[in-house]
Amino acid sequence: MADIRAGRLDAAVIAENFGDMLPAFSANEARVAAERCLFCHDAPCVTACPTSIDIPLFIRQIAAANPIGAARTILDSNIMGAMCARVCPTENLCEGVCVREVSEGKAIEIGRLQRHATDAAFTTGRQFYKAGPATGHHVAVVGAGPAGLACAHKLATLGHMVTVFEARDKAGGLNEFGIAAYKATHDVAQHEVEYVLAVGNITIEYGKRLGRDITLAGLKRDHDAVFLGMGLGDTNDLDLGTEPDGVLDAVAYIAALRQAPDKSALPVGRRVVVIGGGMTAIDIATQTKKLGADEVTIVYRRGKEQMSASPYEQDVAQTHGVTIRHWMRPVELVAIGGHLSAVKLAYTRLDGGKLVATGETVTLPCDQLFKAIGQVFVPADLADAGGQIAMSGGRIAVDTERRTSLAGVWAGGDCVAGGQDLTVAAVEDGKQAALSIDRTLRGAAVAAAE
Amino acid sequence: MADLRVTFAGIRAPNPFWLASAPPTDKEYNVVRAFKAGWGGVVWKTLGEDGPPIVNVSGPRYGAIHASDRRVIGFNNIELITDRPLQTNLEEIKRVKKEWPDRAMVVSLMVPCDEESWKAILKRVEWTECDGVELNFGCPHGMSERGMGAAVGQVAEYVEMVTRWCKQHTRMPVIVKLTPNVSSVIPPARAAKKGGADAVSLINTVNSMMGVDLDAMSPWPHVGGKGTHGGMCGPVVKPIALNMVAEIARNAETAGLPISGIGGIETWKDAAEYLALGCGTVQVCTAAMVYGFRIVAEMKAGLSDWMDAKGYRTIDDFRGMAAPKVTDWQHLNLDYVVKARIDQDLCISCGRCHVACEDTSHQAITNLVNGVRRFEVIEEECVGCNLCAVVCPVENCITMVEKAEGYVDPRTGIVVGGHRTWMEHPNNPMAKDPKPARMAEPAE
Repeated sequence: MADIRAGRLDAAVIAENFGDMLPAFSANEARVAAERCLFCHDAPCVTACPTSIDIPLFIRQIAAANPIGAARTILDSNIMGAMCARVCPTENLCEGVCVREVSEGKAIEIGRLQRHATDAAFTTGRQFYKAGPATGHHVAVVGAGPAGLACAHKLATLGHMVTVFEARDKAGGLNEFGIAAYKATHDVAQHEVEYVLAVGNITIEYGKRLGRDITLAGLKRDHDAVFLGMGLGDTNDLDLGTEPDGVLDAVAYIAALRQAPDKSALPVGRRVVVIGGGMTAIDIATQTKKLGADEVTIVYRRGKEQMSASPYEQDVAQTHGVTIRHWMRPVELVAIGGHLSAVKLAYTRLDGGKLVATGETVTLPCDQLFKAIGQVFVPADLADAGGQIAMSGGRIAVDTERRTSLAGVWAGGDCVAGGQDLTVAAVEDGKQAALSIDRTLRGAAVAAAE
Repeated sequence: MADLRVTFAGIRAPNPFWLASAPPTDKEYNVVRAFKAGWGGVVWKTLGEDGPPIVNVSGPRYGAIHASDRRVIGFNNIELITDRPLQTNLEEIKRVKKEWPDRAMVVSLMVPCDEESWKAILKRVEWTECDGVELNFGCPHGMSERGMGAAVGQVAEYVEMVTRWCKQHTRMPVIVKLTPNVSSVIPPARAAKKGGADAVSLINTVNSMMGVDLDAMSPWPHVGGKGTHGGMCGPVVKPIALNMVAEIARNAETAGLPISGIGGIETWKDAAEYLALGCGTVQVCTAAMVYGFRIVAEMKAGLSDWMDAKGYRTIDDFRGMAAPKVTDWQHLNLDYVVKARIDQDLCISCGRCHVACEDTSHQAITNLVNGVRRFEVIEEECVGCNLCAVVCPVENCITMVEKAEGYVDPRTGIVVGGHRTWMEHPNNPMAKDPKPARMAEPAE
């Protein structure tokens, strides 16, 4: 009989497990960490940052006892700097190319320093931005995730009115629903949303999903420009036929986990298998372990090097007792009485670049299986504009200014093609789109005046 | 094992590492701890004349400049001379000397500028059977306003006069401690020598204000809202001290006068530098106050190991070897050429050398080579200034490579191998016998 239940660990233990995994720096720790920065010329960390934060400058400001000034430097380039400080795969970005990483194997702790600075701005309530002089333009933003909020914020500072249409009843997007709870403690994603909205001239309409409650045609009719930042609406399936009870969507579970005030109330299996090799797989595996799952195994069809989860994240999972098994994929969900009892896995190998089954299999008993094999764009979201907006690889195609093929419509974040599926990349998309929208609207105004 | 023993102004010590006259040497308890840790000698904190005890502030006495990781690189104080009764100090000195006969015990003194005061204190100090006295002519705060300390040290005539009195009234060796708060250290050093000093010690602390408290809008640190200048010491004053030591060592009138070097000594290497300029001992205070007495273990082992590696058996084997190399600018060889070289294997690509050269110097370091981030020296522009090597965070990554005879400096066209100082340079209107540069043959 499947063993799935809530409260596998004492509630206090679970609460502690979901505390800050990487605690905030003390002022002294921040100073010591900041003083290691070499203030590089044309610094590699800045180049590696999708939002081009002036990292050497903000670190120098921390070292010079000006964390508030450091926060402004960060937020000027990345208004979601607080969440990015917590969720960026810094080992693949700024910290990965830090010259001290290259020379000593120990990068400046840029992410934690960024958190130190942005925390200072949040805790003191220091607001650096205000709405710009009114332009009379009104822009619709679809999705209150990192891309949409970054776009809305920049537009507001440039003097445009913004209405954000959000499908859920809470803003934040994946920052609020898609990040492991222990990376975003103290409701920081909501504090960040509040900080962004405090600029003014931004209205959020909740429960408005494009294609369901609103249409692109309607948005275009009622606004001077539209930004699409609705993310990815669905997840990939295993394609193994009818799924028995106990097979769950990792993205949905992670969202539920984030929103649960008492995490010990979440039912979790004794033996958990996670299918996938990305951040979602790591997050669900680590969190089910923190909830008290006895055995948690990540199953990935390729090798360690091909996992999109960074080596650091893999280490985090393994340190928490998660087993990662490579070169195998699920071929059958074994059920007893309609409930999952095991998963049959086929060993895989590369054959001339193509992934093939070796013919060997193994059956892993499990109570719960999480699918973490990627999210997909839902074309139905664009239903009324179907065919008008060019797609690429199943997502919206945009140019360098984040313009779609449809005039007056921009897009960014996970719903566009060629992205990195990172919060920080989404923020950059939103920022660049806002700048492009602003140029376009001002250009049109100038042209009209002439 | 190298022999670290020294004899300085007739005073013998097992090693050249002495604690300077300062808080660490204020009483028996501390000095005994220091001797147990292995210090070769101490200069007991300055004694004043008998009478009502000195009163110190009960606010902050110390301030500092911190480098990264809060390493203290500059330190200052407004503490006065000992605030303990004279007789107590004398009894403790006598007791410690008796218990530690092999260690140097020098007593620092500061009394009003009249012969009787000096005569009186010297007699009482002799009773302790200490090895010598050091005349505190350097303390820049508190006592100088009362006509003592730096107020004496800044006037050569007073230095000579007081030194002479002391030599007349005691059989003990007399060391004169000099203040750096003068435009030239030579006049007071010369005066000390004329007055019969057995040695000089330098430097005392440098007049300083460590900072401004931007909340209190007062000096930092402050005593009840007001601050005053203090005396600065620690690593930041070492270059000032080394220069003054070298000035005395190479000046015809003061050369040969034994010197006890003081200022920013933290490691064996700092000490070795003072000894190489001719010092017979070194005195340490700040490093002990920051790290505790056991730093002397590193100093002794380091100096001994280095001497072994170099083949120096005794300190006299290398003492003063660097002094003859100290000269004036006008005697430097203007035909000597170095060019920076960046070791690409050690380079961590921080780009600091590039931006320093680009923004503030000679635009002689690339940041891109064929479109790739790479830092290389452009010899045509490099003047050999050393800025890049100074700012490089990796030791020995950037070195200044001496160009051999025959090298044609692409910047100037001058062929290396000549030796022209400013005294012989054609651009010097005062040159008696100007020599032209050796230029490369123009290409056919």
